[in-house]
Amino acid sequence: MSQAANTGIQERPVPTAPKRSTSLSTRALPRWAPFAFAAVAIALGVGTGMAAGWQSRTQWGLVSALLFVVISYITTSVVENRRQAKDRLATSIVWVCFLLAVVPLASLLWTTISRGAERLDGYFLTHSMAGVLGSEPTGGVYHALIGTLEQVGIATLIAAPIGMLTAVYLVEYGKGALAKAVTFFVDVMTGIPSIVAGLFILSIMLMTKTQPSGLMGALALTILMMPVVVRSTEEMLKLVPNELREASLALGVPKWRTILKVVLPTAIGGITTGVMLAIARIAGETAPIMLLVFGSQLINTNPFQGAQSSLPFYIWEQYKVGTDQSYDRAWAAALVLIAFVMILNLVARGIARWKAPKTGR
Amino acid sequence: MAKRIDVSGLSAYYGSHLAIEDISMTVEPRSVTAFIGPSGCGKSTFLRTLNRMHEVTPGGRVEGKVLLDDENLYGANVDPVTVRRTVGMVFQRPNPFPTMSIFDNVAAGLRLNGSYKKSELSDIVEKSLRGANLWNEVKDRLNKPGSGLSGGQQQRLCIARAIAVEPEVLLMDEPCSALDPISTLAIEDLIGELKERFTIVIVTHNMQQAARVSDRTAFFNLAAVGKPGKLIEIDETERIFSNPSVQATEDYISGRFG
Amino acid sequence: MASTTPIDKPPAPPVALKRAGTKSGRAGDKVFLGLSKGSGILLLVLMASIAVFLTYRASLAVSRNEGNFFTTFDWNPAGDPPVFGIAVLLFGTIVSSVIAMAIAVPVAVGIALFISHYAPRKLAAPLAYVVDLLAAVPSIVYGIWGALVLVPYLEGPNLWLDQFFGWTYLFEKTEVGVARSLFTVGILLAIMILPIVTSVSREVFLQVPRMNEEAALALGATRWEVIRLSVLPFGRSGVISASMLGLGRALGETMAVATVLSPSFIISGHLLNPGGGTFAQNIAAKFDEANEFGRDALIASGLVLFVLTLLVNGAARLIIARRKEYSGANA
Repeated sequence: MSQAANTGIQERPVPTAPKRSTSLSTRALPRWAPFAFAAVAIALGVGTGMAAGWQSRTQWGLVSALLFVVISYITTSVVENRRQAKDRLATSIVWVCFLLAVVPLASLLWTTISRGAERLDGYFLTHSMAGVLGSEPTGGVYHALIGTLEQVGIATLIAAPIGMLTAVYLVEYGKGALAKAVTFFVDVMTGIPSIVAGLFILSIMLMTKTQPSGLMGALALTILMMPVVVRSTEEMLKLVPNELREASLALGVPKWRTILKVVLPTAIGGITTGVMLAIARIAGETAPIMLLVFGSQLINTNPFQGAQSSLPFYIWEQYKVGTDQSYDRAWAAALVLIAFVMILNLVARGIARWKAPKTGR
Repeated sequence: MAKRIDVSGLSAYYGSHLAIEDISMTVEPRSVTAFIGPSGCGKSTFLRTLNRMHEVTPGGRVEGKVLLDDENLYGANVDPVTVRRTVGMVFQRPNPFPTMSIFDNVAAGLRLNGSYKKSELSDIVEKSLRGANLWNEVKDRLNKPGSGLSGGQQQRLCIARAIAVEPEVLLMDEPCSALDPISTLAIEDLIGELKERFTIVIVTHNMQQAARVSDRTAFFNLAAVGKPGKLIEIDETERIFSNPSVQATEDYISGRFG
Repeated sequence: MASTTPIDKPPAPPVALKRAGTKSGRAGDKVFLGLSKGSGILLLVLMASIAVFLTYRASLAVSRNEGNFFTTFDWNPAGDPPVFGIAVLLFGTIVSSVIAMAIAVPVAVGIALFISHYAPRKLAAPLAYVVDLLAAVPSIVYGIWGALVLVPYLEGPNLWLDQFFGWTYLFEKTEVGVARSLFTVGILLAIMILPIVTSVSREVFLQVPRMNEEAALALGATRWEVIRLSVLPFGRSGVISASMLGLGRALGETMAVATVLSPSFIISGHLLNPGGGTFAQNIAAKFDEANEFGRDALIASGLVLFVLTLLVNGAARLIIARRKEYSGANA
């Protein structure tokens, strides 16, 4: 059809680009089609599952999901065209991905909450495991809570200032080889598995003949926390507009006071969020505690001497005991830990939203 | 090729906000129609309703009819994807696909719509690049990324990409606002050539440009900020710029507001 | 900056002010720069000492090892002669991580696309939030869920896999026993890294410039074609780095593996059979009974894990650096 409109541009016959119908209307499946496909697929999936006598609902679900993708692709390519069919294929795969992933993650949350709530009460939170046998339905998590709070607290006291200062160095002063090296190794540090951080402290303990204590665990957690704090602080400092710094410097305020009084206060909301998210991350670490703190059934409020427990380690211990009662305790402790981490996350994100710098995103 | 557009009673919304209200007009085939008006009067929104791009904005919704040679773009069985194939669009800022070469950028639309032999494809790419007055500048580097071109070249690359699929209509949303005067001139010349083959609608902030390139001009305005934009009048460009029938048009053109 | 112009305090004598400002300014700047630079240097020293200490302790153990450290299928540092090797651990770590990546990355990209481009808007924002929260769930919780819920649940599907795909050798189940296999570990690791990979990928997909997507739309692209033409090319390097982040976690994961796997020092291509081991799991399992020499042996295996994660990180960084020119992220 383009030949009609020959302009000087066209010197030789060129294939016409579109092979398309003149009409804009296309044969289209109705809007409810995906639901119909889903219903048919589920019916067929359940049918095959029952006919073949499969026990597991997972198989029924997988077969249904597969059938859904296949049915919608074939029907669409017959009724509409191949491009639409591909589009629908992508849509159904994306939906199936989402639904498949929801099942285990929802199950995880649901199991933890329902199983954990059975045992979680005031008694559980205020008693230790002193003298409790694995098969006894009593005992609690108090000693582990104290351990977690102290270890995480010490780690935060060390990691937060060092991490923030490093970020300040990178953003406000950093140039040259040193800054590049620090940036690179912060990245590397982010990838250190927690058990390796634990082994590092362990190797120092072996050489100095130090006994396990909460402090040792806290030091390993420090290593895990620092790079996270550096990264998030760095990002927040970079969001502070340069005009603010220049305005302050132009007034004759020394650089360090500019950083302390202008830059950091502007970014403080985001930095707090970053630190809290880092705390939430290390609070759930088990491996270093297992190597360095040793675990204890008793209340030990002194993090500098003697074995301690911690929430994640307590869950591991109770799981290993392997009785129904200890499983109950493990789930209850898991609920406490998840609640702790989630509350930290929610508060941190709340702060981020509330204190967001007006200039930022 | 080159169809007439008949718009009747068209309103467009962003969520519950009415952006343009009750617009009716006819766009003649093989001519250039320019939309002018103050910022925020909805001329770009209206342009985007002509190839159903408005509805991809979150909350975007359209009422009314747009007939493309008697076929309603908003009809029940019409696929927006087919509409956008038939009504091409060039944007304010040049937007070549950054990861693709110049050749692949022009061929992108064709590849979506079917399989071509390699020779066919390169013929169409060459024809389109020639059509966009870009061939001589890029013929030696067709495999280089499109993002390496200058702004004006990138915009002509986008025009080549749009005309490669042989649309009926070409919509241009302030195509020169991000370009320098020389590139602008090149695009304006190109528009003059393209109207031989396509129905062209161009939104512009630059009244001289409207006067230079268009055959007909539509003036849009809004009563106040927050009120919906409306079509004030549409007429031959010469008439609009010399003797418009509405006072507001004359005020705007002579620079008394806007 | 020594020339402090005292705009805000004009009446004060300029000379005195200048001197005061200079002094506290200089000293303060020095202290502050020293502190922040010192923190940076401390980080470097820390990284260096991690490498040095681990290597030193590892060398103590390896020098007394009577077996070959890389090829021995046994872990008995307390024996006479002491024999230990990482062959099984290396195999198990890589196999479980590969299974995890093969499942998690496509699904995570799917969910990320679902949240960024497919889900109804009212659903998308809360979903993104929930995914971010799930990324913070501690691994020990995944661990007990895996051991107490997932393992019994997977018995049916395992039989099924054996029945229909047993001919592939990989899915042939030759030993009876619960599903405490490397395959189950891979699935659990996949579920565990899913939120973090999804969360990072989603953020990248949302950063695709709107005009790139509109370019594809205006050519008459379907939603999938828009994603293929503009979203995926733009997001590719981001997805790679997200995957590497996930891989790093999977390689070094301790608790989720230690709870689920029933370890043994054999290498088997039958993924559904219980048995095998990973570096981190082995450290957790053998630590309690280990004497000082045994701990050094575990440190040696930890060093290999450390190097492995460094390699993965380095590879990710290389890929991202090379892709950057074409990513259009800076266009």
